[in-house]
Amino acid sequence: MFIDPHAHMVSRTTDDYEAMAAAGIVALVEPAFWVGQPRTFVGTYVDYLSSLVGWERFRAGQFGIRHYCTIGLNSKEANNEALAEGVMEWLPRFALKEGVVAIGEIGYDEQTPLEDKYFRAQLTLARQLELPVMVHTPHRDKKRGTSRSMDVCEEMGLDPSWVVIDHNNEETVRETLDRGYWAGFSIYPSTKMGNARMVDLLKQYGGDRIIVDSACDWGISDCLGVPKTARLALASGISEAVVRQVTYENALAVYGKSGQIQDSDWLDPAPIDQRTLFEGNSILRGGRAPLVETKAGPRRDNLLIE
Amino acid sequence: MSVTSLALLREWVCRQSPEHAHWLAEQYALLSQMGDEKDLHLFLGLVVRRVGKQDLTLTSQDLAMANQTYPGWNPDGWSLDGAARVAALLAFKGSRPFSATFQDLVRTADARELITLYRGLALYPRPESLTFEVGEGLRSNMRAVFESIVHRNPYPRDHFDDHRWNHMVLKALFVGSRLSPIVGFDARANLELARILLDYAQERWAAGREVSPELWRCVGPFAEHVSAYGALQRALSGTPIERGAATLALIAADTSSARDLLRTVPDITALVADGRLDWNHLPLKEAA
Repeated sequence: MFIDPHAHMVSRTTDDYEAMAAAGIVALVEPAFWVGQPRTFVGTYVDYLSSLVGWERFRAGQFGIRHYCTIGLNSKEANNEALAEGVMEWLPRFALKEGVVAIGEIGYDEQTPLEDKYFRAQLTLARQLELPVMVHTPHRDKKRGTSRSMDVCEEMGLDPSWVVIDHNNEETVRETLDRGYWAGFSIYPSTKMGNARMVDLLKQYGGDRIIVDSACDWGISDCLGVPKTARLALASGISEAVVRQVTYENALAVYGKSGQIQDSDWLDPAPIDQRTLFEGNSILRGGRAPLVETKAGPRRDNLLIE
Repeated sequence: MSVTSLALLREWVCRQSPEHAHWLAEQYALLSQMGDEKDLHLFLGLVVRRVGKQDLTLTSQDLAMANQTYPGWNPDGWSLDGAARVAALLAFKGSRPFSATFQDLVRTADARELITLYRGLALYPRPESLTFEVGEGLRSNMRAVFESIVHRNPYPRDHFDDHRWNHMVLKALFVGSRLSPIVGFDARANLELARILLDYAQERWAAGREVSPELWRCVGPFAEHVSAYGALQRALSGTPIERGAATLALIAADTSSARDLLRTVPDITALVADGRLDWNHLPLKEAA
C-alpha cells in the first residue's frame, strides 16, 4: 500500500491510473504546477485549480485511488506579475476546498524578486489557513536555492515540521533534515533522483522525515516511481518499516496536519460514497469495476529508473 | 407565516450538531446582513470542517415538512454540511445578483461541493436565472453531479423546457441513472420524449443491447401516437422486470390495443391491481 505524494495526473492517462492502482497506490497528492507552457489569463489558472478539486479527483476515484491536491502559484508563473496578482486573489478560496492538503508547490525557479514576493505571500497564506507547505526547490543553483527556501520559510515564521522540501538530492538532504524539514525525493529519470541512488540514501539516512514521490508529469517520467523504489529498496535489504515510512506513513503524517487526509479515506470508505464520487468499492452498485489486475507491461518489469 | 426552507435547514443542522449551534447562528446572521462574498466563501469552506460530512438525519415528518415547504423538494440523502451550506446560500444577502454569486461558486467548487450547490437549486432566489450553470451541471461527466440536478430535485420539473427535459431523461438512460427518482416524471412526459425513447430502444435492440425498462414509463401514455405496441409486445416477452414495465406502460396507455396485449399477461396485471408492482417498485438493480 503506497501513497504517491507528488503526481501531476492532469498530464497522465488512464493507463497510468490503472497501473498505479495495480501497483498498490491507494492515494496521491497532485500539486498545482506549471503545465508545460505559461497560462496567460487568470481564468485559465482558475479553471486549472478547479479541475484539481473537481474533475481530476473524480477521474482518480474511478480507479479506486483517493486524490488530494495542493493549491498554489508556481514559481515560473509568479514571474508574470499581472497573472500572479490575479491568481493570488483566488487562492484562498481554493485552499479551503475539500482534499486540499497543503499550499504548494511553491518556491523558486530562477530566484527572481517576483518569485520571492509570491513565495512569501503564499507562506503567509499557509500560516493563516493552518496548512502544510510543499516547496519546489529549483533545478538550477539547487543547493543555494534550497537553503534560501528554508531561510525564507523560517523568516516567515513557519514551523519546519509543517514544510516538505521537495526534489532533494544527495547535496541538499543533510541540511534539509538537520533543519527539521521533511525531505521529499522525486524519482524522476535524468533530471532528479534515480531509485538506486534513493536506496543508497535510505541506507545512509534511514526513513525519518524522508518522503519518496514520482513527480510524474508531462515529461518523460514514471508514475510507478514510488512502488518501484519500494521494491528495489526491499530487494536491497532496506527494512519493511523504513520502506513503509518513506512510501506511505511520512506523507500521511505531514499532509495529515491539514485535516484533509486520513487513512480511513481508503481503508474504510463509506459503503455508498456518492458525494465524494469515489468508486473504490462500487462494483455492486453499477459503477465501473476498478481494474486491479492488468497485464504487466514492459515498463513495470523494468525495476530501475535511471 | 409559513415555514421557509431556510428555517428547516437551519433547524435540522443545529439539531444534529448542537455544539456548533451558536457559531452557526452567528454566521447566518452575518451572512444575512449585506454580507461580503468573502464571508460566504469562508463559511462554505469552514462549515464542513466544523460539522463534519455525515448524512443529514431526517424523520419522515421532516421530509413531509420539506415537501410542504416546496412541493417535490426531497432532502433525503443530503449531507449535514450540505444542508448547512445550502442554508448559507439562502441566508446570504449580497450586493450582486444571486446568479453572479452562484456562478462564481460553481466555478471554484470541489466535486462534492458541486453536488451540494446543485441539490439546492429549486430553493434559491430567482432560480430561473441559474439556467446556464444548470446546463453546465447537466453536461458534467461526473454522474453524481448530473444526478444532483436530476434526482429528488424539483428544479427540472419547474424550470426546464421540453427540450432540456427530454435530453436530461435521455442522458440519464445513457449514463445508467435511474429514472424513478426524477421529480415530476409523469407530469412532464410528452409526445416528443416518447418518440425519442422509442427510437432509442429500437436502436439499442438493433445493436443487440438491452434497454432500461424504466423508459416505457414515458412511452406508455403515448403508445398509440408513437406506434409503440410492437415494442411493448417485445418487452412483454422479456425479463420479469421488462414484463412488469411493459405492463405498467400498457395500463397507462389505456387503449383497446393496449388492453388486448394486457390480456396476455393476467398475472402481472393482477400484481399491479393489488398495488404490488409500480414504477417505484420495479425490482431493478440499484445504481449508485
